Amino acid sequence: MFAFLVRRVFAGVIMLIVMSLVVFGLFFASPVDVAAFACGKNCSPAIKEQTRKALGYDDPTLVQWKDFMVGIAKGREYPNDPELREAAPQLVASCDAPCFGYSQVNSRTVNEEISKAFPITVSLAVVALIIWLTVGIALGCIAALTKGSFLDRGLVGISLVFYAFPTFFIGLLLLKFVSIKWGLWDIPEYTSIADGGVGAWLYNLILPSVTLAVVFMAAYVRMTRAFVLEAMSEDYIRTAHSKGLSRGRVLRKHTLRAALTPLVTMAGLDFAGLLGGAIITEYVFNFNGLGKLAVDANQNYDLPTIIGLVVLAASFVILMNIIVDVLYAVIDPRVRLG
Amino acid sequence: MTTSVTPAATSAGTAAETFLSVRDLMVHFPTSDGLVKSVDGLSFDLQRGQTLGIVGESGSGKSVSSMAIMGLHWGTGAKISGQIVLDGTDLLELTPDQMRRKRGQDVAMIFQDPLSAMHPYFTVGNQIMEAYQVHNDVSKGDAKKRAIEMLDRVGIPNPDRRFSDYPHQFSGGMRQRAMIAMGLINNPGLLIADEPTTALDVTVQAQILDLLQDLQREFNSAIIIITHDLGVVAEMADDVLVMYAGRAVEHGPCRELLTHPEMPYTWGLLSSVPDVTGDTDARLIPIPGSPPSLLNPPTGCAFHPRCLHRDKVPGDLCRTTMPDLVPGQRGAHHTKRCHLADSDSIYQTEVLPEIAPDLAEEPAGPLVGEAPEEQR
Repeated sequence: MFAFLVRRVFAGVIMLIVMSLVVFGLFFASPVDVAAFACGKNCSPAIKEQTRKALGYDDPTLVQWKDFMVGIAKGREYPNDPELREAAPQLVASCDAPCFGYSQVNSRTVNEEISKAFPITVSLAVVALIIWLTVGIALGCIAALTKGSFLDRGLVGISLVFYAFPTFFIGLLLLKFVSIKWGLWDIPEYTSIADGGVGAWLYNLILPSVTLAVVFMAAYVRMTRAFVLEAMSEDYIRTAHSKGLSRGRVLRKHTLRAALTPLVTMAGLDFAGLLGGAIITEYVFNFNGLGKLAVDANQNYDLPTIIGLVVLAASFVILMNIIVDVLYAVIDPRVRLG
Repeated sequence: MTTSVTPAATSAGTAAETFLSVRDLMVHFPTSDGLVKSVDGLSFDLQRGQTLGIVGESGSGKSVSSMAIMGLHWGTGAKISGQIVLDGTDLLELTPDQMRRKRGQDVAMIFQDPLSAMHPYFTVGNQIMEAYQVHNDVSKGDAKKRAIEMLDRVGIPNPDRRFSDYPHQFSGGMRQRAMIAMGLINNPGLLIADEPTTALDVTVQAQILDLLQDLQREFNSAIIIITHDLGVVAEMADDVLVMYAGRAVEHGPCRELLTHPEMPYTWGLLSSVPDVTGDTDARLIPIPGSPPSLLNPPTGCAFHPRCLHRDKVPGDLCRTTMPDLVPGQRGAHHTKRCHLADSDSIYQTEVLPEIAPDLAEEPAGPLVGEAPEEQR
């Protein structure tokens, strides 16, 4: 188990390093002069040169990448150039480890941007996960148990329809009708738990989370239904019935245990994907989460932010993969890590 | 205890004393293509302490009828009629919940493939314990003690350590032992073993069969053993019921039926059994053709399209008329569903010399490998 963890974490770190290299390479291969962008409209060649130096864009790409990795490991200080730091010590911005870079566009470190956006994205992902897992699994079980009935067909049909709806459509629908036209729900505006308590936090998260959850929910209804039906036809379920267990107990203990195990993997990976930001939902509801941050950064050629976000999102996926693997070994005794 | 082996189709008058009495059992499945008559008019009796072997090809209705006795057909749309009287109670008239209480308590079942028949995510001990707890209001500790006791009884070494192993950590034979422990933990009067040794090595097979016989003596339970292996039947059964296309085609005491089979289908089954100790000149003769479709069973005798002896029956009888299950030439205890008039002599002169030349001269000799041990 321990050896497995060490090996997986090691492989994950290597993967991250390779990925950051690729991202660096891609962006520096682009024809955009980042320093010119960072420096703004009324930019003289001298200021541009200074910006370039401040951000370290005068170094070769590989050196910059090395600085970035060192920043992640130990933290670093901006401006990058030691002479500039000495010339104007009052302007030095320190960026603690893990430092994802400094965004000249927003005049603050990428870490600050992420730490503002991350709680919003996590809140959204967690609430959405809870909604889609509970509703999706419950409806999936109902569909499986009433297989072939009107209810089953209805659930499967509706979930297919929702699966086909684009997220922005559902989001705009909720916003336009539920919030604006009918006034059933205030237009959501992210409120942290510290600011408004759990109630306000949850209230404002419901609409965007539902929007985000609907697509996943539709998929999970169908997957749960398939897994439960598959488990129900297993020999060991027949054995459980032959012992004289009640149908409810067979379902709760034997069938669901077998059916839900594969869902753990999928839920873990879907959740990891969402931690990188739910771009469309955040945009529709104007939540300043990681997804919106990423889109804005892209539009402004805010290179350090983009690189920081990509590395962060990738590390979530890698981390979640390891967690899911370990979890799988816990819930399936046949799986042995080693 | 020494009640003589009661033949199957005797009158219903004995039903009061018999432990299990199945009468005219039908299990039909309506499908979009038509009605599938998986079991069509099956009757037999079984006493406590006795073993009935049900033999037949795949799809002959062996497992379907045992599932009907277990009451496990709900949700499949099966239409079941007839009587299954166990110890005075007609199982088919019970409510689903009453039947559930009997399941595992009065009737238990062990299955063919013990790996897929055990839940991979729960320990063997947990699964055995559960069978006890559902019918007995006992503490966890007592249930665990009882489960370990049963594991020990079925010959699992270190039962208290093995209790917390998972099924995949057991070998095939041990898994089947654990299944038997699970089935017998409530000391049921009737144990149905559905091909209990099919998935096992031959050496392990013999151990499992020995174990079943031991436990049967100890608990005095009735056993129905479903198999296509006549060797298993010869070893275990007191009575044998041969099924074909959902019906009983021959029924009688084990030794009698195996030495003087009267139905060409039974001859076919016997001809396809290899005999390790037998004459090397003996031939394995498969039954031609394949089992009939239960949607469109052949007219008349369901076996007639595959029967090598149908020419010996005068006229078109085999093709037009379904024979009744009636006593054959050797007395009321041995019934057959066949139009052949002198089947015994056909068997002795035509079939036996082909499949076991060394036995042909001494007509009363044992037939399949070893003779059944416990015949009185």
